[in-house]
Amino acid sequence: MIKAIKVNKKDNVAILLEDISKNSFCSFNNIKKYKANQNIPFGHKIALFDISIGENIVKYGYPIGYATKYIKKGDWVHIHNIECARGRFKNNEDLK
Amino acid sequence: MKFYGYKRNDGRIGVRNHLLVVPSVFCAKKVAQKIAENIPGTIFIPNNLGCGQIGEDFEQTVTTLVNLASHPNVGATLIVGLGCERFSPQEFYNKVKNRGTIVEKIVIQEVGDTIKTVRKGTESLYSLYRQKSIKKKEKVSLSKLIIGLECGGTDAASGLAANPSIGVTSDILISNGGTSMFSETNEIIGSEKILQERCVSSKIAEDLINTIKKMEQELAIETADPLYQHRKALIGPGNFAGGVSTLVEKALGNILKSGNSPIMGVLKYAQIPKKNGLFFMDTPSQDAESTTGMVAGGAQIILFTSGRGTPTGFPSAPVIKITGNLQTYQKMKMNIDVDTSPIITKEKTLKQMGEEIFDLVIKVASGVKTKAEVLGHDELFGISRLLASYRWEKN
Repeated sequence: MIKAIKVNKKDNVAILLEDISKNSFCSFNNIKKYKANQNIPFGHKIALFDISIGENIVKYGYPIGYATKYIKKGDWVHIHNIECARGRFKNNEDLK
Repeated sequence: MKFYGYKRNDGRIGVRNHLLVVPSVFCAKKVAQKIAENIPGTIFIPNNLGCGQIGEDFEQTVTTLVNLASHPNVGATLIVGLGCERFSPQEFYNKVKNRGTIVEKIVIQEVGDTIKTVRKGTESLYSLYRQKSIKKKEKVSLSKLIIGLECGGTDAASGLAANPSIGVTSDILISNGGTSMFSETNEIIGSEKILQERCVSSKIAEDLINTIKKMEQELAIETADPLYQHRKALIGPGNFAGGVSTLVEKALGNILKSGNSPIMGVLKYAQIPKKNGLFFMDTPSQDAESTTGMVAGGAQIILFTSGRGTPTGFPSAPVIKITGNLQTYQKMKMNIDVDTSPIITKEKTLKQMGEEIFDLVIKVASGVKTKAEVLGHDELFGISRLLASYRWEKN
């Protein structure tokens, strides 16, 4: 079983402590098993729940960004399906 | 607990007794470097500013250079000037002398040419070497120690192991009366709620929030330019590859370096804290600019976490390299001092790891060389510039 870690109980993602290949299982605290829907490298995040577009991704107990695509439980969560609004204008009108 | 250091005239303590050569302007850089090379072991700060600057941006350069030239890790300093630069060698000399540092200056346009200046400068440097080398180490209190907390080449393991470990180290130092500082304003964006609550007063919390807002505005302006949409990533490709997806994810891992101690104040770039305890310094997140700001602010030792692995060091301050990534440690054993991955495998607790790093800090403070020092790494000097829009925003 591939090890993962959920940093804060509020988190909806876990961090993989080893590379995982598609359809393999990972677990944190040996409680529940999660099947990876894709290959996910060490240190990257796996979704612990289904996450809707616009919903927050929570790690360390705080939002780190929001989903730009529908994320299924077991999906690799990274820059292809999440974004962060901080440090950016929401639209160019804010420039004035 | 105590350590062995060099007592300076201003009451601060050096953990090293370096001989330093610093050019007051980029035009004097090569001459300064040639002089430094003539006395083995001399450190050199490759200043590429000192002219063509105005206002607060210029003042920040002056403060940084003066603070580095009079840093407690430096036993004596030779300033090499050109002669016509805006940051005059005389002003530089006077400011460093006023701090009580042993200092000499040499000016190219007064002496003649490269060859003449190198010869005369080497004679001055030789005399400075003799003067600084009579200094003996003394046993001193940990309240005299300032560490800078830096990270570079962050990966997911940095937030899980390396950063929280040095957070424990920082808390131990502060509980012993010492001081530490963390920095990198763009990389605390999104952690406001956590940090605000740790500020010792609402005034300091407000300072911190305003500092973050200014930086965020700056980032928003720079990333909105339609011409540079291919340059708008707020974190590096190595961060992405290491599993860090967003600026805020990086920030929430970054602030773990600062432990749980209360935040005593927000420092300007290169500002020396007047009290002990934990401080935040307003710096950009580039490793060199941030490290330079903290060393200029009086940090004698830098704790530098890196998940991806970096070989860098600072000319005048020992840099202790710490990773949370076992593979990185195994690949870069000659560069990385501490492997904190046993936290991830649960072979060690954060407390144990933080204490181990603290013991190493005391040893390094008393003279043990870090891996970056042994290999002569000195890449982390780089003075931050204030951008025009940043200055405009403030007016």
